[in-house]
Amino acid sequence: MTVRRALVAVPAWNEQGSIADVIAKVRSHRPDADILVVNDGSTDRTARLAEEAGATVVSLPFNVGVGGAMRTAFLYAQRHGYQAVVQVDADGQHDPADLDRVLDGLVDADVVVGTRFHPDSQYFVGGPRRWAMILLSKALSRMNRGRISDPTSGFRSAGPRAIELFATEYPADYLGDTVGSLAIAIRNKLVIHETPVTMYFRQTGRPSKNAVWSALYLGRATLAIIATSLKGGYTPKGDLS
Amino acid sequence: MTAQILGAVAAVITFAFVFSLLRRGVLREKYAVLWLFFSGAALFFAVFPGALLWLSTTLNVAEPVNLLFFVTLVMLILVAIQLSFELSRHEARIRRLAEEVALLEEAIQEQRDADSGS
Repeated sequence: MTVRRALVAVPAWNEQGSIADVIAKVRSHRPDADILVVNDGSTDRTARLAEEAGATVVSLPFNVGVGGAMRTAFLYAQRHGYQAVVQVDADGQHDPADLDRVLDGLVDADVVVGTRFHPDSQYFVGGPRRWAMILLSKALSRMNRGRISDPTSGFRSAGPRAIELFATEYPADYLGDTVGSLAIAIRNKLVIHETPVTMYFRQTGRPSKNAVWSALYLGRATLAIIATSLKGGYTPKGDLS
Repeated sequence: MTAQILGAVAAVITFAFVFSLLRRGVLREKYAVLWLFFSGAALFFAVFPGALLWLSTTLNVAEPVNLLFFVTLVMLILVAIQLSFELSRHEARIRRLAEEVALLEEAIQEQRDADSGS
């Protein structure tokens, strides 16, 4: 059984070097799915190249971050009646060959997270970043009562119930688009599964990694998990009331 | 005495400045009221230092000026937190508007393409 009416959402911020290639690969693997590029305030030719590659392009007037870009995608999906949204990064790190697995997992789940941690994976992180990931994974797995080994993975899919939820509430804070959104899904009793995916190294762009950055990452990740686990009171909804 | 005059003058200037901002419609009432209240209170204590003295004796604060500093600090921190709150809310709303604008723009483009295609 496969999922009908799927939207492949690609949040993109200045990814002119890889966007066309990503779209072409997605198209060849899932010719049935529509591709939506959410151009997150790019200052390069990302939007034009995406359009020429045959994707639908929604352009945000300025950079709002992956969280905002994804909520835009969920709003689009909700208004156009899509039953599944799968997020694929524009930098070519995700292998579109895994699209089937991530999408088909929606048959018995509301959210499917592609995990980069599995026996055959080439993906490796070390240092403070690794501790942060383990911490986040432990905390979320406990909240979920089911394993989430890679909560910061951006390769994931959402079914109808998750689309409804994420169209109204999708956090824009640091790590909110990955960890925060999972926490929201858990709190709303959505079913979250995971499936192994392949991770490529960045095609283009900035692999910014040093000690200070890693320490900051750990700190912010910890803050993010504390904030999300304590949440329940005030959530800045950003509605227009 | 000179310190008292200095305090009173500063309070009056602040009051007048905030009031003129309010009159020109640059500052919204909900913020202006707060600052007008602050400068009003400052003016009151500058003109009647006895009031501050009485208040600090009542509250068992040895130095009246410490009470003044303490209250001022707490007030300013509360204002800063309130401003952070407002800012967060506005960021959320602006983001929401940006998303809406992006979707509308796409919808218009779609409609144009459909019209010219038929």
